[in-house]
Amino acid sequence: MYETVIGLEVHVELKTKSKIFCGCSTEFGAKANTQVCPVCLGMPGVLPVLNKKVVEYAVLAGVSLNCKIAGYSKLDRKNYFYPDLPKAYQISQYDLPLCQDGYLEIETENTVKRIGITRIHIEEDASKLTHEGDTISQSETTLVDFNRGGVPLIEIVSEPDLRSPEEAVEYLANLKAILQYIDISDCKMEEGSLRCDGNISIRLRGSEDYGTRSEIKNINSFKTLQKALEYEIERQKNLLNAGERIIQETRTWDDGRGITLPLRSKEEAHDYRYFPEPDLVSIKVDNKWLDRIKLSLPELPEAKRARFIETFGLPVYDAEVLTKDKGLAQYFEEGLKTYNNPKKLSNWIMADFLRLLNVEQMPVSKSLVKPEQMAELLNMIEKGIISGKIAKDVFENMFKTGKDPYEIVKEQGLGQISDENKLKEIIDKVIVNNPKSVEDYFAGKEKALGYMVGQIMKETKGQANPQLVNTILKSSLKIN
Amino acid sequence: MRINKKEVEHVALLARLQLSKAEADNYTEQLNSILGWVEKLNQLDISEVEPTSHVLPMSNVFREDKVTTSFGIEKVLANAPDSKENFFRVPKIV
Amino acid sequence: MELYNYTITEIQDKLKSNEISVTDVTKSVLKRIEKSDSKVKAYIEVTGEKALQAAKEIDDEIHSEKKLSPLAGIPMAIKDNMCIDGIKTTCGSKILENFVSPYNATVIEKLNAQKAILLGKLNMDEFAMGSSTENSAFFKTCNPWDLKKVPGGSSGGSAASVASDEAFFALGSDTGGSIRQPASFCGVVGLKPTYGRVSRYGLVAYASSLDQIGPITKSVEDAAIVLETIAGQDPFDSTSANIPVDNYRKNLKEGIKGLKVGIPKEYFPDELNPQVKDVVMKAAADLESMGALVEECSLPHTEHALTAYYIIAPAEASSNLARFDGVRYGYRTPVADDLLTMYRKTRQEGFGTEVKRRIIMGTYVLSSGYYDAYYLRALKVRTLVKNDLNKAFQKYDCLLTPTSPTVAFNLGEKINDPLSMYLADLFTIPANMAGIPAISVPCGFSNGLPVGLQLMGKPFDESTILKAAYAYEQNNSWYKSKPSIED
Repeated sequence: MYETVIGLEVHVELKTKSKIFCGCSTEFGAKANTQVCPVCLGMPGVLPVLNKKVVEYAVLAGVSLNCKIAGYSKLDRKNYFYPDLPKAYQISQYDLPLCQDGYLEIETENTVKRIGITRIHIEEDASKLTHEGDTISQSETTLVDFNRGGVPLIEIVSEPDLRSPEEAVEYLANLKAILQYIDISDCKMEEGSLRCDGNISIRLRGSEDYGTRSEIKNINSFKTLQKALEYEIERQKNLLNAGERIIQETRTWDDGRGITLPLRSKEEAHDYRYFPEPDLVSIKVDNKWLDRIKLSLPELPEAKRARFIETFGLPVYDAEVLTKDKGLAQYFEEGLKTYNNPKKLSNWIMADFLRLLNVEQMPVSKSLVKPEQMAELLNMIEKGIISGKIAKDVFENMFKTGKDPYEIVKEQGLGQISDENKLKEIIDKVIVNNPKSVEDYFAGKEKALGYMVGQIMKETKGQANPQLVNTILKSSLKIN
Repeated sequence: MRINKKEVEHVALLARLQLSKAEADNYTEQLNSILGWVEKLNQLDISEVEPTSHVLPMSNVFREDKVTTSFGIEKVLANAPDSKENFFRVPKIV
Repeated sequence: MELYNYTITEIQDKLKSNEISVTDVTKSVLKRIEKSDSKVKAYIEVTGEKALQAAKEIDDEIHSEKKLSPLAGIPMAIKDNMCIDGIKTTCGSKILENFVSPYNATVIEKLNAQKAILLGKLNMDEFAMGSSTENSAFFKTCNPWDLKKVPGGSSGGSAASVASDEAFFALGSDTGGSIRQPASFCGVVGLKPTYGRVSRYGLVAYASSLDQIGPITKSVEDAAIVLETIAGQDPFDSTSANIPVDNYRKNLKEGIKGLKVGIPKEYFPDELNPQVKDVVMKAAADLESMGALVEECSLPHTEHALTAYYIIAPAEASSNLARFDGVRYGYRTPVADDLLTMYRKTRQEGFGTEVKRRIIMGTYVLSSGYYDAYYLRALKVRTLVKNDLNKAFQKYDCLLTPTSPTVAFNLGEKINDPLSMYLADLFTIPANMAGIPAISVPCGFSNGLPVGLQLMGKPFDESTILKAAYAYEQNNSWYKSKPSIED
């Protein structure tokens, strides 16, 4: 009966070395107020000067999201009072943003859907507030750290084209992947370099008009995006079903209680009094500059996915998993330089590597195992030096220590036993010690063979070459 | 009346001023005369005129993405009305 | 003649010929300040000790190197809205009464590089809003020609200090006439450069698209010298122009034969003080006698410039002054339990009446529903004003007008009538609106008070108005008149 309409506003911190309007460092985690200067402190008499890289990164984002890049663009002041805003205005872009009318594709069930991107604009980040004391205490104050103030942001606004929380999550994941691919941001939601607000409303299916929407803030992970949107849909549905109206408001996601709550407005009815920033001049992106930026565009996830499927013959699923994260895709391609079975490498990465990374919550870049080492391990399996099963244990060791597989295998004597005579000795021993199994085997119980193989493996600490064991066992049994 | 006292008080709130009653009265009166005077501009036909927000026809003034030395913490906090350790401190936000 | 009576060029000569030392000059002017400033009250702060120390250091250097930069050892004073590292910058306001700037404005860096000597900071209308310096939160400055009259504003302290020989030159700032009008009231030279000619970095902003820093001096040649020093593109100011700085001093003596001078009729309305009109027309005739071609012209949107200014300037100011919120520096109200109260009381207690009036006006014209009707409309009128001037400059090299409709008025006379105060800026505002350079030079007296002649020029053509002003100045001797400072 109801259709959900969702639009997302995503703020992305750009990974420039210096801030948008001054030369202070943007590095994360510095001691409070140690990366500030008169400009980003909003001292009397200071003036902003625009960081060229910010424009280039924003245009790069626009190009990678199929936007029209404005030939003429300007900055505007957004005026409001808050302690995290040193000038009491934020320099942003109001009516002439750098990029407009783009799109991003997402996969929904069986089709590919285009999600419109209304605009991308540049602006400066606000500073950080820490509230002291608890809610009841009299001496409650707020501490302000201006390090983050002035860090460059782009704001990416989507059209309200998303129709479910799943689509919204997919959109955000694809957006994140693209932004990481063009390397303009770390996109870490945990660190705040990727922030998402959701606008959501519902309407009767088939209706052309939009319902009243609410804006949801304080979404700091993909999971909470899904949960918050799902909650909000239910809340709105319940209201409408009860014959009540939905109020247009800003709500915050309360993760502890799993609900959204209306946000007390920072300022009554926001009147930002936008006007053109007189201290900054216009931005003109001519075709020459635009072409240079376009040339610097790396291969985007979609193209990489297609290439993985075509060139390496990988199934769609594999290609998707591998290209979701730029680091992972690079890892894969590095590994292929010294190991020439894409599917087997893909399997290994998807099964063992990703599992361990997940457990440790570790990004690919922090992995102690280098792609060449993984390739080496897989080559060792290929050559029969170790069995696939042992390789898994070796890999776990590699993951923890970063040591080379050869080293580990040598240290622990894990080499596969392929000496037929040695094997025959052990196999004969097992046959002798397990008369019942032998009987069962000849009685037609295949399981008995497996049991005996198991015993042989136990004897050899899993190092016996499984194919040889099978061959020799069967022939030995026949002889008997 | 082009602007009434209530509007003046609303604008004062937007601008984070706290006017006394006398001030609000005075400003309302004075603003009304100023706005009345300013409305002479309505006589001009400006439908085809472009606005000038910058008198100089400049564009693309940038700086390179280089890190320069930030200020030392003593200088940063030297004029702070209230601070705690490395932080500026303000009263609670209700 | 005391040392403090001389001009920059005269002192330069004496220093070069080793007739005097920098310490001599500095001591002389400091003594002068001590004597006359109790009456004139131009200075908010006198940095006497630092000045003497700097003077001594230069004197030691002079003995070793003969080549001096043009302003080396010249004592100067700075309007108190320009930041100087380690010194209070108050902007004439309670809200910055104890603010010590942690950095130097670019113009200060340039003057320091030349080793000019800082005498102190000068009184002004609070945040440069005013035309009489009566809006200073601290005290009123008096006109040296008549202590019961205003010195003009907002750079009243700058003009008064130079007029009473309490400094060899001063820097002021001009947003709607704040250098030229006080210069005209005090009988000294005041130059507002082209917008973008001089860096605004370190100038506490009033209206960002209109503000410019400029020199106030005893002679036109002095103004040319100071302009050469402070002009130039600055990487810290995105609105500073990438146009080479002329050799203004050298160009002064070119003469004005064939110079095409337009006299816009809108600057001679019926309300214009007849004596002022008389004096200014005599000046025009004087230029003609030196070979200039003088002719009447028209700038139809002149009065609209004034009106549009009083929308644009307060609008930008309301935004520029929002940073004074008691959080990071400046005054904070002593008792406030929550943030909103802290903001409101701080700004209420810290700002004066005129500043609050303009903040309210500015906030209103930018607010939702009114932006198009007021601010956007004013920006369009600005285009019309610019077009008027562009058209005029196709025919004329410069334009000649009175600087102000009146001479200095009485202290207290207009302070309760803001609108009448605003109307005083009628002749100076168009230059700011269009961003063109303009200079005021003394051209006579009316009732014993100085009258100023204004010359406006094409963008970045300060050389033309300087040479015209120079030719006029040298052909007369107004600059030789000095006020006798007595009650």
